[in-house]
Amino acid sequence: MSALIEFEDLTLGYDRHPAVHHLTGAIARGSLTAVIGPNGAGKSTLLKGIVGAVRPIGGAIRLHGVEPKAIAHLPQVAEIDRRFPLSLYDFVAMGAWRRIGAFGGIGPAERARIGEALAAVGLEGFETRSIGTLSGGQMQRAMFARLVLQDAAVILLDEPFNAVDARTVADLLVLVHRWHGEGRTVVAVSHDMALVAEHFPETLLLAREPVAWGPTAEVVSDAHLARAQRMIEAFDTHAHVCARAS
Amino acid sequence: MTAYDLLIAPFADFEFMRRALVGSVALALAAAPIGVMLMLRRMSLTGDAMSHAILPGAAIGYLFAGLSLTAMTLGGLIAGVAVAVAAGAVARSSVLGEDASLAAFYLLSLALGVTIVSLRGSNVDLLHVLFGSVLALDDDALMLIAGISTATLIVFAIIARPLVLDSIDPGFLRAVGGRVGASVHLVFMGVVVLNLVGGFHALGTLMAVGLMMLPAAGARSWVDDPTATIAVAALIGVISSVVGLVVSYHLSLPAGPSIVLTAGVIWFVSLLFGRRGLVTTRLGRRHLEA
Repeated sequence: MSALIEFEDLTLGYDRHPAVHHLTGAIARGSLTAVIGPNGAGKSTLLKGIVGAVRPIGGAIRLHGVEPKAIAHLPQVAEIDRRFPLSLYDFVAMGAWRRIGAFGGIGPAERARIGEALAAVGLEGFETRSIGTLSGGQMQRAMFARLVLQDAAVILLDEPFNAVDARTVADLLVLVHRWHGEGRTVVAVSHDMALVAEHFPETLLLAREPVAWGPTAEVVSDAHLARAQRMIEAFDTHAHVCARAS
Repeated sequence: MTAYDLLIAPFADFEFMRRALVGSVALALAAAPIGVMLMLRRMSLTGDAMSHAILPGAAIGYLFAGLSLTAMTLGGLIAGVAVAVAAGAVARSSVLGEDASLAAFYLLSLALGVTIVSLRGSNVDLLHVLFGSVLALDDDALMLIAGISTATLIVFAIIARPLVLDSIDPGFLRAVGGRVGASVHLVFMGVVVLNLVGGFHALGTLMAVGLMMLPAAGARSWVDDPTATIAVAALIGVISSVVGLVVSYHLSLPAGPSIVLTAGVIWFVSLLFGRRGLVTTRLGRRHLEA
């Protein structure tokens, strides 16, 4: 399989402090990868780096045959203002932005797609509900419906299964597998080891520096996880300039 | 007193009343979408801040050309846009948020404006700038107000979708639309300034904000959809203009404040008795089964 997203000695960070430190490797086209690691390991930062929201402070990210705007990204904490009185239908419909833009109409074809997306996440009948009245799980389903509508070749999910019940997780996983089956590249951050082991063929274990990357069964081991935990606890506010920084 | 004497006669008998009506209705129509979007974007006080910010520009125009429509409009426009752009730039490039930088700029602007007005002229002139003169709108002022209202509604139709998306999920708009979010915010602020400048000839810089925010806040108590909110706000604005002018005529009250006070009364009644009002939602409404 060919590399779709390539990291070359990549360092991402904030205010010169690295959050992702010297990462080298590639995410293959059509792969289904989990990113795991302790809190503060740089998982979210890595996803933000891929879409260009955080610029590398060392090394590079290379995208092969896909532009950052064509990557769908579900952030962990979306800056969504749910007090804005918008219907679920209109909210989900914005997933079609790349096809309809700021002025394009929403025709019968697009309406059919929106209907399918809502059905895929089990939110039919909720179309006219204001987004402020949805529960946490329903809102996460709405976010997934919007992702479906984006029809992106690359989908990055940041802790998509947090704070949702088992049935919602199961429904959303069906979608993840459908995307994988359709040849899309999916990267998901998760803290649920059992879920990762069962559903994700590839895993990257990150603790600012990469600890292990490869088939999930080999990556998820007690030794690797313990090492990741030790590396995270060694944070230093008054760190010196990295000897490997060029 | 018949209904004709009460409602129609003031406008039928006096041209200045007809002009005032046309001017304030035009202002109310454009102010509705702006006020609603300011409110939904949690920028209700931004309109107020911007109305202070346009003062030095209008004052400089006044300093050089006296009470000239063109000079004061241009000056106000330049000052307002400058403050909006500067506040946005400072917010993006420093640790200050948009609220703090806007506060700093508009306070400076206000102090500068009052200083400039006091360099020449009397308190009467200052009162005109601050509170307008809706009963003295000439042809040029009416054309300006009507032109601004028309332009506002057209611009709004164009930026509606990105503006709503930028209000709800700016991160998503950045991801799919790139710089659209930042530019739509700037266009929106430009329209806000344009309407405040249009409003200050009729209502003054301070009262113009009242016709924006009070109908918007009142409409929110009736409906729960952005489009419907704008429609109801426009209706409240128009009613406030008519009733405000009639009240000011019969009771010899200043016209601009009468319009804003009427809008205030409608807002308060909506707050209590609107479909989603405080009293309505507490009286005899037993909960449903599902």
